[in-house]
Amino acid sequence: MNYHWNWGIFGEQVKGGGETYLDWLITGLGWTLAVSLTAWVLALVIGIAVGALRTAPSRPIALLGTAWVELFRNVPLLVQMFLWFFVVPEFLPREWSLWVKQDMPAKEFVTAALCLGFFTSARVAEQVRAGVGSLPRGQRDAALALGFTLPQAYRHILLPQALRIVIPPLTSEFMNVFKNSSIAFAIGVMELTFQARQMQEDSEQGIETYLAVTLLYFICAFTANRGMAWIEARTRVPGLIARTS
Amino acid sequence: MGEFDFTVWGPSLPFIRDGLLFTLRLTLIAMTGGIVLGTLLALARLSPIAPLSWLAGAYVDTMRSIPLVMVILWFFLVIPFLTGTPVGAETSAIITFTAFEAAYFCEIMRSGIQSVPRGQVWAAQALGLTQAQAMIHVVLPQALRNMLPVLLTQTIVLFQDTSLVYAIGAKDLLKAADVVGKNYNRPVEMIVLSALIYFAICFSLSLAVRQLQKRVAIVR
Repeated sequence: MNYHWNWGIFGEQVKGGGETYLDWLITGLGWTLAVSLTAWVLALVIGIAVGALRTAPSRPIALLGTAWVELFRNVPLLVQMFLWFFVVPEFLPREWSLWVKQDMPAKEFVTAALCLGFFTSARVAEQVRAGVGSLPRGQRDAALALGFTLPQAYRHILLPQALRIVIPPLTSEFMNVFKNSSIAFAIGVMELTFQARQMQEDSEQGIETYLAVTLLYFICAFTANRGMAWIEARTRVPGLIARTS
Repeated sequence: MGEFDFTVWGPSLPFIRDGLLFTLRLTLIAMTGGIVLGTLLALARLSPIAPLSWLAGAYVDTMRSIPLVMVILWFFLVIPFLTGTPVGAETSAIITFTAFEAAYFCEIMRSGIQSVPRGQVWAAQALGLTQAQAMIHVVLPQALRNMLPVLLTQTIVLFQDTSLVYAIGAKDLLKAADVVGKNYNRPVEMIVLSALIYFAICFSLSLAVRQLQKRVAIVR
């Protein structure tokens, strides 16, 4: 075991010159944040909608929601990345397909964010469904009896309660988004894992590189966790048994 | 619409079979090893010996907060330093997944053990079983049975996650599809094929788990 440690590596110029390794990692962090946050917003919007659909009284609509969840849950995320990146453009009309392949700006980023967003939406939908399911029946019945339409009952009565109940599981989903964004390296998004592999090959200081990148992932997940804990504390439903921390 | 030629699926089958066999082998080894190691870790986490419990906790929390791709890269980098000889991507993958899944199985087994009523342990002790005997013959079998659906669901997740050995180039199902796709210049058709295979296996397994869940629920 004779590893040559060099902690100064981050300040050194990359082999091609012009940038330091630190610049690479900062770029990587930027893309990781961009992919994760975009995907999270998408996942919340779609996930809440699909989760609500799954609890709808109409059977075909609930089935549609189930199909959505099963589709995204049963194919590995990496394969889904490849599907969105290589396969989906082939199924578009010819002009769109050409535009996507040749001219679309930040193609890798858009694909990765869409893919991760849809993937996570299926998991958010499951949590939202559980949240709506955990509410007493009377909530829905009372809302309908008061003259709310079904969409209004969801908008004003059911979802505001359900979402606040499922914040703890959503917190771990939010942390998962940062972890899962690492898979975007496979379609060429220059995020942290991509930079880690590139820097390891270029500098041959693998351990320092991976330690730094791992630390950055830790910080992302930790920040996400604290942020969600703050929201959880602010939005707690009064009168329910909940952890007070 | 592009031009597709799905006839490439025919000649690709031998390669796909070999890749799928590796994926299955990796899943089974990591599942077995992960459950055994995970149970030991769970016992350590629940142990009254503080340093042991702390160490197991630190291991599990660390593994669970790092992206799997980074864990795969870490092991691939570090194992040769520890053993002194370079190891292949396949061996590295097997070690990585066993160590990584152990952390997740540990948490499942821990909640399984904690779900067993305390009276069971007291009854076992009253009958003269030692602490170890009570754990092995009374608590663990019940914990395992209670957690069976969750353990299997985690195995489905593990099966999907094995596709990430792509990062170090191990020859699994996805890699096989990738290679055939490049050789025949039909990457799109091969990605679709691999997605269909993953979906078929995972979907039928999750249906089976749902059935099992119902049966376990009735027994209780």
